[in-house]
Amino acid sequence: MDGFLQLSLTPILIGILSAIACALPGNFLILRRQALIGDAISHVVLPGIVVAFLATGVIAALPMLVGAAGAALVAVILIETIKRVGRIEPGAAMGVVFTSMFAAGVLLLEQTDTSAVHLDVEHALMGNLESLIWFDATGWGSLVDPVALAGLPPELPRIAVVAAVIAVLAFVFWRPLKLSTFDEGFAATVGVPTRTIGLALVAASAVAAVAAFDAVGSIIVIAMFICPPAAARLMTNRLEAQVGWSVVFATLSAIVGYVLAGYGPLWFGAQNAVSAAGMIAAVSGVILAIACLAAPHRRRIGAAQGQG
Amino acid sequence: MPDAILSALLLQAGYNAALVAIGSALLGIAAGAGGTFLFLRKRALVSDAVAHATLPGIGLAFILMVALGGDGRNLVGLLAGSAVSAAVGLLLVDWIVRHTRLAEDVAIGSVLSVFFGLGVVVLTVIQSMSSGRQAGLEGFLLGSTAGMLRQDALVIAVGGALALAVLVLLRRPMTLVAFDPGYAAARGVRVQAVDLAMMALVLAVTVIGLKVVGLILIVAMLIIPPVTARLWSERTDSVVLIAGALGGLAGYLGAAVSASAPNLPTGPIIVLVSFALFCISLLFAPSRGVLAAAIRHRRFQRRVHRRQGLLALARNEPILDPLTLKVLRRDGLIRPDKVATDAGRARAAKALRDERRWDVARQMHQDEGVSGGYDGLTAIETVLTPDEIAAIDARIGTPALADKGVV
Amino acid sequence: MAPPKLELAAEDGARAPSPEDIANASLALSEITVSYGEKPAVFSVDAALPRESMVAIIGPNGAGKSTLLKAALGIVPRLSGSVRIFGQELERARDRVAYVPQRASVDWDFPTRVIDVVLMGFYRELGLLRFLRKGHRERARACLERVGMADFAERQIGQLSGGQQQRVFLARALAQDAELYLLDEPFAGVDAATEKAIIDVLHTLKTARKTVVCVHHDLATVADYFDHVLLINVRKVAEGPTSTTFTAKNLQATYGGRLASTHIDQLKLSS
Repeated sequence: MDGFLQLSLTPILIGILSAIACALPGNFLILRRQALIGDAISHVVLPGIVVAFLATGVIAALPMLVGAAGAALVAVILIETIKRVGRIEPGAAMGVVFTSMFAAGVLLLEQTDTSAVHLDVEHALMGNLESLIWFDATGWGSLVDPVALAGLPPELPRIAVVAAVIAVLAFVFWRPLKLSTFDEGFAATVGVPTRTIGLALVAASAVAAVAAFDAVGSIIVIAMFICPPAAARLMTNRLEAQVGWSVVFATLSAIVGYVLAGYGPLWFGAQNAVSAAGMIAAVSGVILAIACLAAPHRRRIGAAQGQG
Repeated sequence: MPDAILSALLLQAGYNAALVAIGSALLGIAAGAGGTFLFLRKRALVSDAVAHATLPGIGLAFILMVALGGDGRNLVGLLAGSAVSAAVGLLLVDWIVRHTRLAEDVAIGSVLSVFFGLGVVVLTVIQSMSSGRQAGLEGFLLGSTAGMLRQDALVIAVGGALALAVLVLLRRPMTLVAFDPGYAAARGVRVQAVDLAMMALVLAVTVIGLKVVGLILIVAMLIIPPVTARLWSERTDSVVLIAGALGGLAGYLGAAVSASAPNLPTGPIIVLVSFALFCISLLFAPSRGVLAAAIRHRRFQRRVHRRQGLLALARNEPILDPLTLKVLRRDGLIRPDKVATDAGRARAAKALRDERRWDVARQMHQDEGVSGGYDGLTAIETVLTPDEIAAIDARIGTPALADKGVV
Repeated sequence: MAPPKLELAAEDGARAPSPEDIANASLALSEITVSYGEKPAVFSVDAALPRESMVAIIGPNGAGKSTLLKAALGIVPRLSGSVRIFGQELERARDRVAYVPQRASVDWDFPTRVIDVVLMGFYRELGLLRFLRKGHRERARACLERVGMADFAERQIGQLSGGQQQRVFLARALAQDAELYLLDEPFAGVDAATEKAIIDVLHTLKTARKTVVCVHHDLATVADYFDHVLLINVRKVAEGPTSTTFTAKNLQATYGGRLASTHIDQLKLSS
């Protein structure tokens, strides 16, 4: 049991909180036809973090969050500029911006001596959930032992705070968020600051992406933004229920994914565990696949497109 | 360092480096030109899903080749595996869009991330295999041409040339379909087949580019050059040519610079060269550039305000808008005390008269060209001939101001 | 020295409203110009729409009717011009305005129910966190009742026909309990029963001394439905009571060659 506490509890918790923090804004991103903003944001997190590291010389939570959020903001502004000035369709504008910023991040990282800190390209891409262990846990008593708790990996409180903040924001701004997602024009006429809401959604997604980044890397984060909300959309026709389902699916993906990655290979007689982050993405994909094949509301209703 | 770059640019940095540079250039041309069709069909980011979906295929191909007793690192085998899983990813994107209520962006994002996750799982399996420790499959993520085998360099050069050849062969039907699918169908082009060929070409470019650029950034070679080219031209065929040239240039420069020093990964360098070309274009392109747009917008806004100001002068209405006042004053149309100058009165009378002419023109000329031509700014002289305007003037009557010598 | 008086001015349709006009108007527009890119969609439009009336905004396709409405509400940015609603700035008058957008402007596949859409009309009352009370639900149901959609309250909005969608949007506007209702093409693509239901509701609004402004495209019904018209084709062509302004001459000036003269003969025009 000590083994579970030391090795598995914190990664599972971090996985669950990361998945939920991403799935919450993900619900609105997919309804706004901005699913790929999640893609773009998660790619630009890397240059943001590298620049923050170069500026401060340390890997600390606050500069990283600021750097990543700043990079996301720069990306959104660039995408908007290219769309508007160059009259380029949004998908292509996004493709130009996030690949270039990601390339810059990789190059900076390769040129920087980061051997002293935990930051390299491979981890940035794939994450390293398994390394987030709790050495100081000696038994269930450790859960109330301040000394042992102080030894928790700092990623856990960080993602917990981020997930909590995002959940509170989603609750408080539920009405304007829902209203401006459904009917932006009407929302503007009743005084909803639609542009600010849109930007705030992107900013919240960026914060979720950077907090989850340590654990699962920049690409698997995309699975957490998109798969649970997409599967949830197919389960229900009410936004409130959709968000609920997405949290359930996110939690399920994290737990099942981590367990399969850690213990699955042992069942097949193999010695080593496989990537937990990768497995979480794979499980979220399986859940989405099942939803696509069997969920009650998987198909569009014909009348929705009718003109009568 | 500059010497190293120069010698690499002149293909003097070794036979392999030269082959890779040539291969990257050919690949860049094929990707830029081929990506243009994807871009014009508004499906640019589908290629992102295709690229990320290659990862599990690479890993599984390695495992399969090792299990069959071969060398897991055989590039042709790895590329074949990547092509299969990329094709599966592409089919899944289409299936999700067609059979569920989810939109294409959701399908792209989920396929991209789930396949990448699966690929990472397979890579960790390989790392735990006895023969897998030196597999070096991570090189496919961001591209790595350092220490590349002669044979691999040849595969890239030949593959780039083949992709380019296919593109040259199919350029006519693809241009037709990209420009106007409906018209292409009417001309007897099989749009679906051409779309399929386009996706096959994208897949081929992706797979060939894996070793050079890496699967995360290959999409940049398919998107950035077409977008850049679009800033320079409005014609499909010249966009294709410019995109090919830009892609080739980025591929060649990037591969050469990367070969000149360590710590310069090929993929990011190629992408950044491409992005630099894009930034220059975005700033300076003649009609869609930032500078041109800023100048045009300013000029346009002044035109609107000048015209509104003139009409207000003609109607004896007070002008309150500060920008309108500023524009009129700067053009010498009003005095500092807001009273119209002679020139201002003349221009105001002309503006009002033109409004009246437009009214009459709409009644006299029953065609879209005339009634649709009005937008408050277009000069009537550019739409109608002097004879037609004379006919209109005859109906309006003598200009009230002509007697006073101002027209 | 004042500029010489121009005879042409008398015949020119466009004339800026005076400060009194603006104060008395329900919706007053001064020199509104909106441009998408380099081509003005709406050019220097002035209008002072009367209170307690039914107003139609008429003009050919692409004449900027919807754009004018959106600019008046601040949904699209204006290049120049100002808006007053009952003499107030837009920001201060938001509680007095209800807007019904075009049906096609939203994604009807959005996961929500009919009643939830109507409840959106209470946004300004509820703010961020105030609880939805039973009274709100009853009022929302009453609004659905008025447009004949009470039986559909619990339906998913994706299951509605076009006409039903339009009625739900109207019910949401009713829930706002405003003084000025701005509707963008409320009769576009709806069935005859819906058109009748909508116009009945709009007439009760007018009876309740509200102002209704519709972007409208069916010239055949203008004289029956509306008592005031604003004719625009990028700029304003004419504005005034239907009885004096909805004339063949003004229509010809608005539509140009796009309106066949045989078609004009069939309209109930004022002479």
